[in-house]
Amino acid sequence: MSDTQTFLDTLKTRSQQRETEPSWIAARRQAGAARFEALGFPTRRDEEWKYTDVRSIAQGNFALTDNADFSPAQAAALTLPVDAYRLTFVDGVYAPALSDVDALPETVHVLPLSKALSENHEAVGGPLGRLTGVDFSAFAALNTAFMEEGAVVRIAPGTVVEKPILLQFLSRANGTPVMSHPRILVEAGGRSEATLIEHYCGDQDAANFTNVVGEFMLDRGAILNHYKLQEAPLLDMHVASMHVEQGRDTRYTSYNLNLGGALVRNDLISDLNGQGAETNFLGLFFGQGRQHVDNHTKVNHNAPLTFSNENYKGILDDRAHGVFNGKVYVKRDSQKIEGFQSNQNLLLSDRAQIDAKPELEIYADDVKCSHGTTTGQLDEEAIYALRTRGIDEATARGLLTLAFAGEVLEKVTLDAIAERVELAVAGKLPERFNLAGLVETAVALND
Amino acid sequence: MLQVTDLHVTVEDKEILKGLTLTINAGEVHAIMGPNGAGKSTLSAVIAGKDGYEVTQGSITFEGKDVLEMEIEERAQAGLLLGFQYPVEIPGVKNIYLLKSALNAQRKARGLEDMPAPEFMKLVKEKLGFMKMDASFLQRAVNEGFSGGEKKRNEILQMLVLQPKLAMLDEIDSGLDIDAMKVVADGVNSLRAEERAILLVTHYQRLLDYIVPDKVHVLVDGRIVKTGDAELAKQLEANGYEGIEESAA
Repeated sequence: MSDTQTFLDTLKTRSQQRETEPSWIAARRQAGAARFEALGFPTRRDEEWKYTDVRSIAQGNFALTDNADFSPAQAAALTLPVDAYRLTFVDGVYAPALSDVDALPETVHVLPLSKALSENHEAVGGPLGRLTGVDFSAFAALNTAFMEEGAVVRIAPGTVVEKPILLQFLSRANGTPVMSHPRILVEAGGRSEATLIEHYCGDQDAANFTNVVGEFMLDRGAILNHYKLQEAPLLDMHVASMHVEQGRDTRYTSYNLNLGGALVRNDLISDLNGQGAETNFLGLFFGQGRQHVDNHTKVNHNAPLTFSNENYKGILDDRAHGVFNGKVYVKRDSQKIEGFQSNQNLLLSDRAQIDAKPELEIYADDVKCSHGTTTGQLDEEAIYALRTRGIDEATARGLLTLAFAGEVLEKVTLDAIAERVELAVAGKLPERFNLAGLVETAVALND
Repeated sequence: MLQVTDLHVTVEDKEILKGLTLTINAGEVHAIMGPNGAGKSTLSAVIAGKDGYEVTQGSITFEGKDVLEMEIEERAQAGLLLGFQYPVEIPGVKNIYLLKSALNAQRKARGLEDMPAPEFMKLVKEKLGFMKMDASFLQRAVNEGFSGGEKKRNEILQMLVLQPKLAMLDEIDSGLDIDAMKVVADGVNSLRAEERAILLVTHYQRLLDYIVPDKVHVLVDGRIVKTGDAELAKQLEANGYEGIEESAA
């Protein structure tokens, strides 16, 4: 039996169990299944998957689940301490008991996809799949075939959402591994402003497969800060296909923070379609043990006077393997664009590995573009210097590792997220690394 | 306080220290002088615990404890602190963070609670003022982009905050203009106390006009060949090391 057949059989069983659904959804589902079957899982012969072997997913046998049972105490321990509007999904299943969106203003809609489909499926049906279609990849096609649940976020024009919107995905230690195929659909109206947090975490012993597709549409002048904190359990498999569409004068900032997962692949694409659109890709990936973390990013400068800034930092320990592939594409006659890309990697062990490939593809002549990638190790002299001040070796290494991540980490303004990253990358430190409060005191003393 | 006995040290199979013996008591300021290559920096590096130095014979004890058995950070926590000739730049680690973590690591090792933030800031502010440093230094990465003089002042600032029992200063005067030297010397002199000792390693007598030592040792070819008081340093300035090297040979 081929790898795809296992998944198609699960799909067939699921379809038979399912109640009737609108015909357009059934049609998309079929299209997804057909495309998935035709494409098959990618292999390392595919250029886009040259360094990432997905056999552990393809040869897995993942069940689907219908219950969202999760101990509230444990969920509370995992949840980011952020005052936010919150939707929680357990192995892909919506968990109303762990969600709270009651206080949302009328101009903001945050609801599970299942509810959005049942209430107003036509409004969702239009944008859903418009950016990430079934042709994008076998994983996107597979997601479409299975799509049932996820989050729909709609922000009316001119609305500034004061609190972050938190989408929390919990992975359980199940008897048999399960899979989920969440969809995230965000429509940010003109001149709206919001912060969205995707947070993946779960039971330490979980070994599930999450295959998420996210589509983010920014209308003229919209600002979206998008945190993706991926702290999935260390045996989880995580594939994410994220596609951003930016109209005129929009600003999108991605904080793509990857700490967990056995096998992780992120595809992040931004289409800069209107003049004045700006996209910022900030990334941090940390791998230990035998983790494999692959980040593929692409910025499409489709219009003149568009701007992109990308900074990805990789930290790899033990036998972890990182992949960075960043592409900046400038469409014909997209003049006066600026595209900057930087990727720096830190190898903490001799057996850690990174494959980094920056790519520029430019079809305009009046552009400012640069890219660069470096890989290095911790400075032993600096470790010695810190130790001579009484700081133990593990802390000294942690500090220098965090310092390496500094350029990215400093921009993470949500303390709860910065703390999680610090803890994962540097272990328990004696102080908060950025010491924001102290620095303020120091500045005050200057007066 | 510090007892170095018959110390032999090899670096890359070459013997640098050849039986060095030195006793430093609390309350004393010692200066070790000597020509280039005599082993001055080797001595402080071995005491601090730098890699690459092999002790083939002899011992170092600090307050009765075997220094060579201690980890680098344990030596610092015990109160043995080295000020570097060439302070390392540590990009991304703020000075304030270094000071706070180092101080609290030392306190923890001595069974004390972390110093409360307001008390800590008061302490740091006072020491900064003493070293004529601006509070903006605290937010800058350790030594990154600092001038030579700023780096040296930063080393002394760390000493003033951490209050070591034995402060070792390796060529702290190198690369300083006269104004910076005065500030650094004032900082070092403020450390002088009955319960503390200071070890200066220097090539030039000039520093000793500002920090007057109780004892001066002349280190030539891996051994201390002569010990005297501050007058000895002045003689060296006038006559150079040649005479002493000859008498030692």
